Amino acid sequence: MIKTVISTELPVDEHLLIRKNSLTGGSGRKRICIVTGTHGDELEGQYICWRIGELLQSRLSELDGTVDIYPALNPMGIDSITRGIPNFDLDMNRIFPGDPMGSMAENTAHSIIEELRGADLVIDIHSSNIFLYEVPQVRINQLTAGTLVPLAEKLNLDFLWVHEAATVLESTLAYSLNSLNTPTLVVEMGVGMRITQSYGEQLVTGILNLMRHLGVWKGDVPPLKEGRTILSTKGTVDFINASASGVFIPLIKHSNHAEAGQLIGRIVDPLHGTVLQDVKLEKPGFVFTIRAYPVVYEGSLLARVYREEKA
Amino acid sequence: MKRELLFVLPSTFRDEFRIQGFRFGSGEKSIAIVGAMRGDELQQQFICSQLVNTLQDLEERGDLVPGHEILVVPSANPFAMNIGKRFWAMDNTDINRMFPGYSLGETTQRIAAALFEQLQGYRFGVQMSSYYLAGHYIPHVRMMHTGYEKPELAQGFGLPYTFLRNPKPFDTTTLNYNWQIWETQAFSVCAGQPGHIDNDSARDIVSATLRFMALHGIIKCRTHPGYYSELQLEENLITVKARRAGILYCLVRPDESVRRDQVLARILDPYDGSVRWEARAPEDGTVFYTPAKPLVHENSVLFRIIPN
Repeated sequence: MIKTVISTELPVDEHLLIRKNSLTGGSGRKRICIVTGTHGDELEGQYICWRIGELLQSRLSELDGTVDIYPALNPMGIDSITRGIPNFDLDMNRIFPGDPMGSMAENTAHSIIEELRGADLVIDIHSSNIFLYEVPQVRINQLTAGTLVPLAEKLNLDFLWVHEAATVLESTLAYSLNSLNTPTLVVEMGVGMRITQSYGEQLVTGILNLMRHLGVWKGDVPPLKEGRTILSTKGTVDFINASASGVFIPLIKHSNHAEAGQLIGRIVDPLHGTVLQDVKLEKPGFVFTIRAYPVVYEGSLLARVYREEKA
Repeated sequence: MKRELLFVLPSTFRDEFRIQGFRFGSGEKSIAIVGAMRGDELQQQFICSQLVNTLQDLEERGDLVPGHEILVVPSANPFAMNIGKRFWAMDNTDINRMFPGYSLGETTQRIAAALFEQLQGYRFGVQMSSYYLAGHYIPHVRMMHTGYEKPELAQGFGLPYTFLRNPKPFDTTTLNYNWQIWETQAFSVCAGQPGHIDNDSARDIVSATLRFMALHGIIKCRTHPGYYSELQLEENLITVKARRAGILYCLVRPDESVRRDQVLARILDPYDGSVRWEARAPEDGTVFYTPAKPLVHENSVLFRIIPN
């Protein structure tokens, strides 16, 4: 059933509408929320919403509980290829838990929190940005790792990144909901403005697997991916940033293990026809992020690499 | 005065990105002043340019008090200003959300780190800033409530109001917040609208900054005494929000006294001109903020009022 959960009047004959597809089956009381579209340039979650919606609607008898699907928390951003909220400076994922007395965006953020709080699980799907390609992964604040890692391990993804707490991240949707005892997993996968179907299918399988674990899904689950899910707490995440401004040519695909000394890309100068930087790994590791947008400045993130060795 | 190149970043397709500083005097690092951090902060850049001009004049007259160093950085983001963007043009990140910066991090983290290194260690730090809500407002000074702030110092600018803000998580990466944490008394001086230069308010802010410097014995300069600045907690401002969307027909201006229940604005239907809703003052007070844009969304902030 399609429900409008937030409706805000716009100046000329239009409303900002945040809608959900609410699917209920059986007598189970658990509620799982799948949310995406906070950033208007991240579209991987659209595929998940469609696939889960289609699948559950055709097999409602196997559902035992409620799954609420929210494809667009920032509908105007998605429609206008705008990462943030049009007419609003701040990143939407930096204003939670919102403020009922604040600006329209802060008010909307507050209403979203009120809508989602109390769910048994929220899966917040992101797809990096237009600059970086990410392997399917879950990101977890170390403060909530104890609760969330066992759930995240069921999601059938390649990597679980347990990261340090940072004050600025306290204003994300996931942090706010977790603070309200609503367990929330953040999925990052693929790249901005694109849909990677293979990743989408991998996560759909993982969501069914997690739903089954929680007793919300009685149906079968497609075969899980081969190979283990890497948990970051056993090692170290290295960031590789550009040492030169130029054009980045990747020489490795993401989701690859690379050896020490291996060339993973080059930064080149198209005007002078020269190579400005050979980008090599100092230590072997699993490349779980790689630069997607070619133009770089000094400091631009080129790759993130996980290595099984404590720093 | 020494004109210095504080930071250079090569670009593949454009000229070098440069941050320039103007240093006056030597000795105690007394005050650092920063202008445009965003590409549409023309007012802030203009104010700094006028300060550089005035300080040069004072220097030639021998009116800079010996033993004090003054640093003015009119722009930390000329690349955005030159192409009409607000944020860092490549990835739309905000330099003023990257402090204290990270010299090995992303590009705008590196810019923030390099800038912060130059700005650290000063007794006073002044950021010419734009108010976070775009619109008209009473010029004022803002300080973050970090536990290190001394609001009575901010009153020395002699602007009508001094606001103290309890920082939200996203404030912790601003220059103002980090200056405070690193033991500089930091002030954000707010005047003017993004994308515009307003001569009158610019002149007032230049005077306020000179007044502050004269008060602390950094320069010899006689300005008019300014206002007795009233200290307000930002959370005490009354917010009037739009209950309907439409065309805003505003009936009051900043600095105007209003009575409880007075009509402040009408929101008109954009098709037939009928009145959809009237915004009224919830309390007696002084209008602090009004929006600049004629179209308003439901739930957007229309007015902020300083209660009597």
